[in-house]
Amino acid sequence: MAKEYPGTPLKSKDFKKALKTKYTPSAEYAWSAGQAINSFLNGLKEGRILGIKCRGCKRILVPPRAFCEECFISVEDWVELKDTGRVNTFAISYLDTMANRIKKPIIPAVIEIDGAGGNGFLHILGEVDPKKVKFGMKVKAVWKPAKERKGDITDIKYFKPLKGGD
Amino acid sequence: MENVAIIGLGFTGARPDSPELSYKELMYEAAVKAYEDAGVDPRKDVGSFIGASEDFWDGTSIFDEYLPDQIGGALRPVCSICNDGLHAIATGVMHIRSGIADIVAVEAHSKVSDVVNPDGIMHFALDPVIDRTLGYNAHVIAGLEMYRYLHEACVTKDECAEVVVKNRRNALLNPYAAYGAKVNIEDVLCSPPAYEPMSEMDVSNFVDGACVIVLASERIARNANDTVWINGIGWCNDSPNMGLRDWSYPRYVKLAAERAYADAGINNPYDEIDFAEVDDTYSFKELQHLEALRLLETGDAARLLCDGAFDLEGEFPVNVSGGSLGMGNLLDANGLVKTFEAVEQLRGIAGQRQVKNAETALVQSWRGVPTTSGAVMILGSEPKGGA
Ligand SMILES: [Zn+2]
Repeated sequence: MAKEYPGTPLKSKDFKKALKTKYTPSAEYAWSAGQAINSFLNGLKEGRILGIKCRGCKRILVPPRAFCEECFISVEDWVELKDTGRVNTFAISYLDTMANRIKKPIIPAVIEIDGAGGNGFLHILGEVDPKKVKFGMKVKAVWKPAKERKGDITDIKYFKPLKGGD
Repeated sequence: MENVAIIGLGFTGARPDSPELSYKELMYEAAVKAYEDAGVDPRKDVGSFIGASEDFWDGTSIFDEYLPDQIGGALRPVCSICNDGLHAIATGVMHIRSGIADIVAVEAHSKVSDVVNPDGIMHFALDPVIDRTLGYNAHVIAGLEMYRYLHEACVTKDECAEVVVKNRRNALLNPYAAYGAKVNIEDVLCSPPAYEPMSEMDVSNFVDGACVIVLASERIARNANDTVWINGIGWCNDSPNMGLRDWSYPRYVKLAAERAYADAGINNPYDEIDFAEVDDTYSFKELQHLEALRLLETGDAARLLCDGAFDLEGEFPVNVSGGSLGMGNLLDANGLVKTFEAVEQLRGIAGQRQVKNAETALVQSWRGVPTTSGAVMILGSEPKGGA
């Protein structure tokens, strides 16, 4: 249990005095992925991680984008990358999306995809003891079975430590 | 105070849907066109990037987080304005006049096709405690305004339908517009009733599109080609309170115009301005706005409209672009798209829809229901105080 700190708590009769109007917004969206992310998601469906190389700064962008934000030019040179990489940074979350406490923590991590020159994306680590996650740890994608993949970032279930990596 | 000019324009054109592009790719297209037109490198030359956006239309809270990359603003000074694009231009003018930037990029977009239920987002804009729980569509606010305007200005639904006929006809000459059509008054009046007195065709349709405008200080603009000058700008909000606002007369548009006219040194707007791009989100709004802009007396706009004065070949062309009724409604990009049209006209490159001898233009925006928020800008082919 969390420690109790002294203060002036609100009593239930305080709430009864205040009128509130409840409303749930009807806000619903269906975002177009766009040309670059569309190809990336189709790649995931096939079990491939696609990046794109900028002819200006030579960086490999993954997930790919239609333009380079550094050079401000269109980017078109597709490259297929490995499904392995290294942990750049990570956090161990004991609370879920809505901040409810969870028993087994989730470990979001930024993965530098091998061959992308330090670039990569945020995903989740799995099959690992939270205490044993390290900076620069080698990891590999764990994919959903091919027929369950639907062109979504969750087609990769998580990244797990790569045996023999350091 | 330093004069400010428009030196570059980029617009994707308006489309009811753009499923193959993300909003970022749409914005990138407009930005590339604008920087090419202005002859500037956004990564070196632009000192301030300003985006006009609304989180709930974009579907992302704190949307300005997602603004920089596709307009060339990464690791550069960027801010967003939660209002129409014309307010963002006003902010850009202030950045230049105050000396903190010489070149400013202003962006606005609509990716309304990503919004599954636009009516839900509009409803969310109503006052949560007093107005929202009554259970009416937000467009009703425009119906309330229209009835009171028709009543006080002695204007008819037929006359409002003429606005639709004119603007959709104008849009046929505009390759950027999505809703060009040859329609007649009966088509409008016989379209299904929507928010009486408005019929379905009195309401503009939402479209996708992005627009970027590049502003520059006089020091920079003196050496640029096809420069158009921002000679006056003003903006204003009325009380949003349903019981206190004026339902027939948008006082905030009048006050915004007074500031812009004072800024530009304009005393007789109808005589000194050659054409106007004004808000026509709903048909009656064009007439109501022309009057609030002090271009005409209350009730006179409808008569002049029916005499053809606002036609492309008329004495005071209004919404030659097709307006929102002919172009489509681009949410917070409406003000920039109207600016785009006015600048093309003043540059003399508007093709088939070119207004003859156009030297001074008025652009006006309104942020749509339920707002009482408007802005007015005066553009000239020469800077105020002479070339
Ligand atoms: Zn690059």
